[in-house]
Formats: sequence, C-alpha cells, structure tokens
Amino acid sequence: MTSGGPVARLGGVGLSYGKVEAVSGVTLDVPAGCMAGLIGPDGVGKSSLLALIAGVRVIQRGTVEVLGGDMARRDHRRAVCPRIAYMPQGLGRNLYMTLSVRENITFFGNLFDLRGEERTRRVDELMAATGLAPFADRPAGKLSGGMKQKLGLCCALIHDPDLLILDEPTTGVDPLSRQQFWKLVGRVRARRAGMSVLVATAYMEEAERFDWLAAMDAGRVLATGSPAELMARTGTADLDAAFIGLLPEERRRGHQAVVVAPWSGDAADVAIEAKGLTKKFGAFTAVDHVDLDIRRGEIFGFLGSNGCGKTTTMKMLTGLIEPTSGQARLFGSPVDARSIESRRRVGYMTQSFSLYGELSVRDNLMLHARLFHIPRERRAARVAEVLDHFGLAKYAADASGDLPLGIRQRLSLAVAVIHDPEMLILDEPTSGVDPVARDGFWRLLIDLSRNRGVTIFISTHFMNEGERCDRISLMHAGRVLACDAPAAIVEAHGAASLEEAFIDVLRGSMGEGESEGEIPVAEAGAASDGGAGRRFNPRRMFAFMGRELREVLRDPVRLVFSLLGSVILLLVLGYGITFDVEHLRFAVLDRDDSPESRDYIYNMSGSRYFDRQSPIRSTAGLDRRMADGELAVALEIPPDYGKDLRAGRDVTIGVWIDGSMPFRGETIRGYIEGLHAQYLKDLTLRSTGIAAKSSAAGIQVRYRYNQGFESLYAMVPAVLPLLLVFIPSILTALGVVREKELGSITNVYATPVTRLEFLLGKQGAYVLVSMVSYLGLMAVSVFWLGVPLKGSFVTMTLAALVFVSATTGLGLVFSSFVRTQVAALAGTAVITLLVTVTFSGLTTPVASLQGPGSVLGQLFPMSYFITISRGLFTKALHFGNIWPDFLKMALFVPVYTLASALLLRKQEK
Amino acid sequence: MNRRLLNVYNLGIKELRSLWRDKVMLLLILWVFTGGIYTVSKAASQELHNAPIAVVDHDRSVLSERIVQSFYGPYFLPAERIDAAKEDAGLDAGRYIFVLDVPPDFEKDVLAGREPDVQVNIDATSMSQAFIGAGYIQNIVLGEVNAFVAGKRESADPVIATEAHVKFNPNLISFWFGSVMELINNITMLSIILTGAAVVREREYGTLEHLLVMPVDAIEIMLAKVWSMSLVVLAATAMSLELVVKGVLGVPVAGAVPLFLLGALLQLFATSSIGIFLGTVARNMPQLGLIMILVILPLELLSGGVTPRESMPRAVQMVMEVAPTTHFVALAQAILYRGAGFSIVWPRLLAILAISVGFFAAALSLFRKSLARSSG
Repeated sequence: MTSGGPVARLGGVGLSYGKVEAVSGVTLDVPAGCMAGLIGPDGVGKSSLLALIAGVRVIQRGTVEVLGGDMARRDHRRAVCPRIAYMPQGLGRNLYMTLSVRENITFFGNLFDLRGEERTRRVDELMAATGLAPFADRPAGKLSGGMKQKLGLCCALIHDPDLLILDEPTTGVDPLSRQQFWKLVGRVRARRAGMSVLVATAYMEEAERFDWLAAMDAGRVLATGSPAELMARTGTADLDAAFIGLLPEERRRGHQAVVVAPWSGDAADVAIEAKGLTKKFGAFTAVDHVDLDIRRGEIFGFLGSNGCGKTTTMKMLTGLIEPTSGQARLFGSPVDARSIESRRRVGYMTQSFSLYGELSVRDNLMLHARLFHIPRERRAARVAEVLDHFGLAKYAADASGDLPLGIRQRLSLAVAVIHDPEMLILDEPTSGVDPVARDGFWRLLIDLSRNRGVTIFISTHFMNEGERCDRISLMHAGRVLACDAPAAIVEAHGAASLEEAFIDVLRGSMGEGESEGEIPVAEAGAASDGGAGRRFNPRRMFAFMGRELREVLRDPVRLVFSLLGSVILLLVLGYGITFDVEHLRFAVLDRDDSPESRDYIYNMSGSRYFDRQSPIRSTAGLDRRMADGELAVALEIPPDYGKDLRAGRDVTIGVWIDGSMPFRGETIRGYIEGLHAQYLKDLTLRSTGIAAKSSAAGIQVRYRYNQGFESLYAMVPAVLPLLLVFIPSILTALGVVREKELGSITNVYATPVTRLEFLLGKQGAYVLVSMVSYLGLMAVSVFWLGVPLKGSFVTMTLAALVFVSATTGLGLVFSSFVRTQVAALAGTAVITLLVTVTFSGLTTPVASLQGPGSVLGQLFPMSYFITISRGLFTKALHFGNIWPDFLKMALFVPVYTLASALLLRKQEK
Repeated sequence: MNRRLLNVYNLGIKELRSLWRDKVMLLLILWVFTGGIYTVSKAASQELHNAPIAVVDHDRSVLSERIVQSFYGPYFLPAERIDAAKEDAGLDAGRYIFVLDVPPDFEKDVLAGREPDVQVNIDATSMSQAFIGAGYIQNIVLGEVNAFVAGKRESADPVIATEAHVKFNPNLISFWFGSVMELINNITMLSIILTGAAVVREREYGTLEHLLVMPVDAIEIMLAKVWSMSLVVLAATAMSLELVVKGVLGVPVAGAVPLFLLGALLQLFATSSIGIFLGTVARNMPQLGLIMILVILPLELLSGGVTPRESMPRAVQMVMEVAPTTHFVALAQAILYRGAGFSIVWPRLLAILAISVGFFAAALSLFRKSLARSSG
C-alpha cells in the first residue's frame, strides 16, 4: 500500500506545555500515499504531533521531517506549506463563522494564490462534490456540525495538498454525516492517488478502515502497523479491544467490557414527560411536537444528527428555554425554570465545556459543591470522593481550561453529579472522549442508574453507547423518528447494527440527499506554486482585508459604533468640554453693608463670569459653603469699609478662591484682578470726572486663530485626533486577539500567508472603516458644529489617513502580544486614554510637558496630529508648514507595523 | 447563613480567583493605580507651565530689555527674542503660544507719559493657557514698566486693595488636583471594564448558561460580580491614595479617607452595574470595547473632573446629573481637598446611592431578559 519513503519522519520528538510533557521521545515514520491514523485516548499528544507535522507548532525537541525536509527550517516550511493542508480539532475551528460557505472557500483559495476563473471553478466544483452547493450563501456559523466539517475539508482541499492532516474531523458529527465525510475523503484519494492523509481519531470503527495506524498513549507511540496487524498482535477481534490490549499493564488494570444490568423499574413511575413539545425560533421550527416519557431510574438515549433539536429539547426539559407550545413535566410537576428546588434534583451537563477554564479542577468542584449547599463538613469529603471516582485526582490542581477535552468532559460530569441529583440530563457528554475513558464514564452512569436509582437522559453520537441504553429515541429535523429499546429498533429495520438502522431511518426521512460529484483536481501544470515563492503577496493581504471588512459589515452593532461612535462622541465632547470658565458662583460676606460696599458687590455681579448667590452670614458659613463646593469665590468686605473709604483710608477686601481645581482657581484670580482694576478706573472716573491713569503703558491682547475666544473652535480640532485614536486602535487590537481566542489564527500558521500580509490586511480594513468615520467627523465639525476648516481639506485627509494608519498600527502592536480579548481591550483603552488625554497636547501643549510625560507624548503619533489638525483648522496652514510633523507622524506607521510583525508568531509556541 | 448570601459570596470568590489567574489584567490594574497616576499627575497641567514665549523687540531700549528678562519659570520658558518676520511662522507651528510686540520708541513714549501699548499675540487654540497667560503677561509687563517709571512719575494711590486667599491649594499645584481626578477616572474605567468583560466572557464561554441550571439566579450572579470587582478596585484605590497620592506625590489630603472610600464604594456599585449593563448589551468583546469607549469618555470628561461643570451647557449639566461620576467627583473634591465632613457631603452620597440603585435595577432587568433570551 505504501509507496516510496515516508511522508513524515519524526525522531525523538518531545513537546512540553509548561511542566506538562505532552509528547516524549516519539520516533515515527508515517508512510506516504495512504490513510494513516493516530489513535489513542485524549491528551496523549495526538493533536500536538499533528500540529508539529503541519508546521503549526514550534518544534521543541527532536527532528521533524515532512515531505523530504526539516520542518525546523523556515525556508522549508515556506516551501512545503502550500503542499500541506491542516484541519485543526473542533467543529469548523479554522472557519469564519460570519462568512458564507462560498466566501470561506474562496478566502482559502486566495491564501493559496488561486486566481480568477480557476478559483471560481474549483470552489464551485468542491461545493458540488461535497453537497454544499445548495448552501453556498449560508454563513458557516449556521451550518450543522457535519456540514462544517465538510466545508473545512473543502477549504483544505482547495489547493490540492500532497499531505492532508485531519485532527479528529468527525468528532461530534452524526453517523450519516460521518459516513458521508469518509466517503468524500475516499473519493478525493481515488482522484489523487499520491496524496497522503494523516488523521487523528477517537472512533475505533473508523480507524479500522485506515491503512496504517499508530497507537499512542501518554505521549508515546505504543505500536504501529495496519489495523489487522495490531489486532493480530494482541489477539483481539476489534480495534477497541486491540487498543486496550496494547496499553501497559497498569493502564489496562480494572478495564473490562461494560455490562448493563437490565432495568427493572416501574413503567408507570415517570420522571420526565413531554407532550407535543415544540420550539420555534422565528420561522425555523427547532423542535416539532416531541412526545417523550422517561421512567425513573432508566437510561434513556437520545440519538440524532447535529442540529436536529436534541439540545433544544433537553434545554426545554431543564427549563432553560420556554417551549413555544406543548408541555414538559418533571417528576410530575410542570418544568419551572425559576424553581430552585427542581434544579437541585437535576444535574445538567451542556454540550460544550462550560466550566471555568481559569479555575482549577478542585476549585470548580468546590464552587459547585458550595452553590449546591453541600454542608461544609461533607464538602471536602464529597469533592475528594468525586475526584477519585472520576479519576481526576491527579489533575486536581490544574487549570481546567488547559486539560484535554476528554478530561474536561469528565470534570463536567463530576460537576453535574456533585450534589447527588435524582436525574441527570447529559448533552453529548462523551464527544471527543477516548474508548477507555468512555467505558469508564459509562460504568459511572450505570452505577448511578442501577444502584442509586438516578434517571439518566443522555444524548450521544456513539452507537455502541446507544446500544447500552434501556431505550433510545432517534431524532431528526426536530422530530422523533423512532423510540424503543435499541434491539427492537435494529430488528424493526432488519439491520445488522444500530448504526445501520439509524442511517436507514435518517435516509428514509431525508431522501437520498447525497451528492456524488467529481472531486476536482488541478490539471497538471495549471497548479500554481501556491504563492510560496513570493515574499509579499498583495492578493493574500486583500483576502484578509476583505474578510475583515465583511465581518464588520455583518455585525451591525460593530458597524454602527465604529462609524457613528466617533461622531456621537464629537458632539458630546465638542459641546460638553469647554475651557470657558463662566457662571462661577460667588457670595459676599458683607460686614459693612454701606452704599460703597453694595456698589462694589454690584460691580462684581454684573460680570458674566460670576453668578451671585445668597449672602454669607458668618465666617463659619463661608468655610462651610466653600468646603461644600457651592461657592467658587467668596468676598469679605471689612466693617467700616464705606466709612474708611470716605475718610481716604486704605481698605482691603478679602477674596477667597477655591483652589481645588487649580486651573479654575488661576482663572478666577485673573477675573478678580481684572474686575477690580476696572472698578477702580470707573470709580475715579465717577468721582473726579477724569479717567485715571493706572499705568504708564497699556497691553493690547490679540487672541489669534480664535478671535471670539470660543471653546468649540479650540476643542474640535483637538478632539478630532482623540476620536481617531480610540475606536481604530480598539478595533484592530481585538481583530487579532479574537482570531487567537476563537482559533482561526491557525490559518496564519498553516497557510503560506506571511505575518505582514495578515497584519496589513487587518489594518487595511480598519483604516478604511476609520476613514469613513473621519469623513463623518469632518462633516459634523464643519456643517453641524460650524467650525470652519481654514486649511486644505486634501492635506487634512492625507494627514488623517497617515494618522489612522498609525493608530490602527498601535492596536495591532497590542493584539500581537496579548492573549485574551479582555487584556487587549483593557490595555488599549488604558494606554490610549492615558497618552491621548494627558500627553498629547489636548489640554496641555506638548511644549509644556515635563518628565516622563513629555517623552511619552513624543513617542505616540497623537501630539503631531493634534498640531497638524489645529494648524489646518484654525491657522489656515498648508502642507509646506506642517511637513515636519507630518513626517514624524508617518514614521510611526512602519515602526508599529514592524513591531507587531515581530511580536506576532508564525507558529504556535 | 442565608442561602442567597452564600451563593453571592461563593460566586464572588470565583470571580476573584479568575481575576487572580489573569496576570496581564492584574499588572494593568497595578499600573493604572500606581505608575499611571504618578505619570499623569506629574506631567499634565492645565494651568500655565513652561509656556513658550517670544518677544519681537522694535525698541531695543533698557526697558524693553527688562521686559524680555522678566519671563522665567515656572510659568514661562525664558523669552526668546525673534524677528518680526518669524512671528507668524512661530505661532503657526505652535513653537510659541505668546509673542510680545514692543513698539519702536516704547521707552521714550512711556517716559513721556504717552501710554504706548505692548501688543500680545496669543495662540488661542489652547484656551486655558491663553487666558491665564494673558493675565500674567499683563501683570509682569505692567509691573516692569511701573517699576521703571517709579520715582520718575507720580502714580495714583490705589485706595482699595484686594487680598486674595486661595483656599485648599494655596499654590495652585496642579498635581494635587490631577492625581485624585486620575484616581477617580481609574475607578470608573476599571470597574466598568472588569464587570463588563466578565459578563461577556461568561457568555462567550457558555458558563453563563451553565450557571442557570445551578440553583442560583440572576440577581445573585450579578451581585457576586459587583461585590468582587468593587472590592478589587476599592482596595486598589485605598492603596493608591495612601501610597501614591499621599505618599509619593505628597498631596495633603484634607478630609477623612474612610468617608471618601465610602463614597467610592457607592460609586463602584453604580459603575459596576453600568459595566454589567454594557456587558449584557454587547454580544461580543469587540462590541463591548466600542460601547465602553462611548460611555467611559463622556463619564470621565464631562463629570467636572477635567473642566469646570458650571461652564458646560445647561443640557449637558442636566444629563450629567444622572451620571454617578458627577456626584463622585464633587464628593471627592469636597472631602479630599476641602476637608468636608459627612454633614456636608451626605446629599452627594445619597445621590450616588440613588443612582446606583437605579443602574443596578436597570442592569438586572436587562440581564434577566437577556438570560431568558440567550439560552435559546
């Protein structure tokens, strides 16, 4: 079967995550041109090994040779990258959920430098061949699990790889889809004889059909060979048993076939009862008149394809969703989501891992033990018991999010039973869990059911699990197709196994919907080099840019906020922030109350700067009202003010200024001095008839650029740059981290796209969005707020373009080294707010800054753009005046982009 | 103990543990409450500081020379003597904020009693400096001129003098103000980010749904987030106030710190409710980021912590009455700078409390609704 040398050759490969050794000393030759499989429990290093072979992960120890070259070498990785296709674990993990089926495939085509007609042809052919053509315009996020995997395969096949790496591609997919998936892979291989396929799988019945297998356990390879060889070596009849036979003695101990004692309960004692249960989401009927009755102590299985309504039904039975019609009863009383009591009687395990990944295994259990109010004295014992029972003791201190899927699922179950519920509702609890662990899991369930009388309602994809149930119901498209004991169903369909019976039932209800189109193969010579040769390929950059733009356009909230957010803020801040100090509240402690003192007070009250408040009665009142913040200024006119004045004696008026806001205090002092001087002049004029010469010279003040001294004119040119910082940088910061968190970053690792193409593509999209927002800002500034742009609009737009390129670049820098969206969000918000509001000349000219602030101010592009914006708005400057600032600002663009390219990794570490 | 209280306590502990694991976030919190406050309050000031000034001297006399020499720190940088031709370019480029123009024969005219004018050109794009600077320049120039002519001419005796006392911050030191206002900004921002992100993250990871099948309800989940995140921020605030503001920066705090912290606690109750509200409205992290900026910026800039509230348009003032930060800023200023006690600030405390309850109720109702919807 194998031809030529191995497609991948591993020598002494080791890989550790922190202190945990995932792979140790693996030496392995994977034969070329055949179906090769990695089998073994979860967390034994299968995925890590595949990632190393795909070049997605950094090699820590040992050598990895793929397609005849060393994967540790960057040039080799570049060269072979277009010949490898990698589909990571998890349903549609490398797909973009907001993009349609066609857009996803086209996107991958672009990454591999397929062009124009050829690309369109291949996309069409792939969709036809996989039966996805009718769903071409449906977003990937709305596909069923099976369809997502088919789409993932299309995306992987678009560039005709020589090595196809599939990491658990059928985990969590229903049997019909699974069958179709493998047929598809078989057809691909039939067309492309030389292609090697390397698969990791947890389904032993799938692995039985492979040409070559490597059985793995605890980071090591146990044995290699064809399935027949492995079975012969262990003297077993099926691969499940063979694998267990290969395990070292201590792992095998205690393992035996799962035996289910027959259920012997009262058929009339019903635990769950559903009648005509229906749920509609808009026009879509998710669950259509489902009737169920589950008896106390029974194990009831729920089998069905993805998206057929199993989860929705289970949620209605737990009270998480209100049914549209029909009713559900739990232990004889209607399901009530608010009933805390019924929640205590039911343990529920959701489909996806939904525990706190950042908490340790023990902390998760303790938290739930507390939430279910297990008394303190029993709590620790109960947690220890559960840890032991579920084989979690050795992981107790590990963060649960870092554990392999199988162990996380075990933890989920442990959490669901921590409070000894009478009923367990388990939504696909064994998806992705290996056979040994699954058998262990089932032994636990059987024990709970038979010995403790717990009713178990479980949904699953595994037929052998279905066979263990007392009764099962087969569900499809929201309807229950069959409901009986497994043996009875098999018999009724005259099938050999439950899987056959199920596929038969599904076919019967769907009709023969499978397509058998030709899998396209590029004509010889027509295939490009996949773009590996060129360093920078604008096509790939535009692919990322287009993808990003589509995502923004399809998220109305993001679109509206990124476009209008700035405009709204401009209005709020433009009107709200003002440096005019007016309406200052002042009051007088008039100890004299003479015509002269009232005259002085009258003079103050006439000013537009001051609003007079009720008079102050005493010194204590003055202190209190100033401490309260009610008064900004207080005047104290001494006793006998009028008398002394008339007698020509010097008098002094006490002025108390609230200095808690220094700049306001400063301004108040200025006002008081001015008003006082004016008063003296007037007084002399009134008494002597001649204007007093208070000084030998005069001062003529001219406020330039803003003759009216209006706050708006000063604020708008400064707020504009501020707004072009926040939203653009936050948008890009989340752009990259989001892909890291959601997993699609794998596409950067696994395809020939370079870091620069990826980053510039992302940035380009947000520069475009931000420029639209900029135009909105300008329109509002000029036409609504009426702040004229005295300089050239073209220069301003050009400067804004450069500035936005810099600020989006700043966001990229953050997102390149931060791991979580929260950190990216907080980091960007803190730094940009800090730098912009304080250090960039918004309130204080950069020239006046001192200390670290002045350095910080220079290190970010904001200060330059504020100068440019002010210059163009108020000073009618042109490019000839501003070019030094323009150049400095432009310098930030390549610096930021390069910094993010250096910080971003092309491989996972 | 009461079952509900226990749940709230346990869920809150869970939040704290999660936060403890997020080292980046912890570092960030540490930075904004220490280094962040220090840099911001030391660097920026809205009053006049090291303002660049230039003089175009057409007179070249003893008096004009004296005027040139009379500008020095901390308000002004030493004045530069420039050509008339460079005046516009210098102002255009923002090199100078003030340019004085001393006319020819200025000294002669002064001595002859012709009252010549010195022209001051001011770049009014930075308004606060422009205005305050104009006042200083007037005082400085006239002071020099009057001193120069003193004895040579007789000036009118002023009969009325003012004696200005600046209360609470006699030397008008800007970082006394800036440090505390930055502290308040951080309280607002972090409490909103922390709770908002906590809600969105739980939804994105599906743990929110998981909580709903537990015997806990929405109000417990929410209260747990509110108390735990408030505790973190409150502890950071107290530490920052003692160590950074009072310690390193040496800002004299007039009033009772516990009273201020009580206010901060109420404020946190309100802002973390806002955070939950935003986290519920947003469907994912990018949305939260955008919505947050739109809420935090006005909360910080329009609350009276940056520019005086009384100068804002009436409508803005009215709207900002329902923002907790407005009252908190006023409260903080009253307690920390002016030493106001409970008898003075209680109406503010009451206002924040009322606003908090309002926001909490709104957030709770939305949160409940969204839980009912999101599980679909």
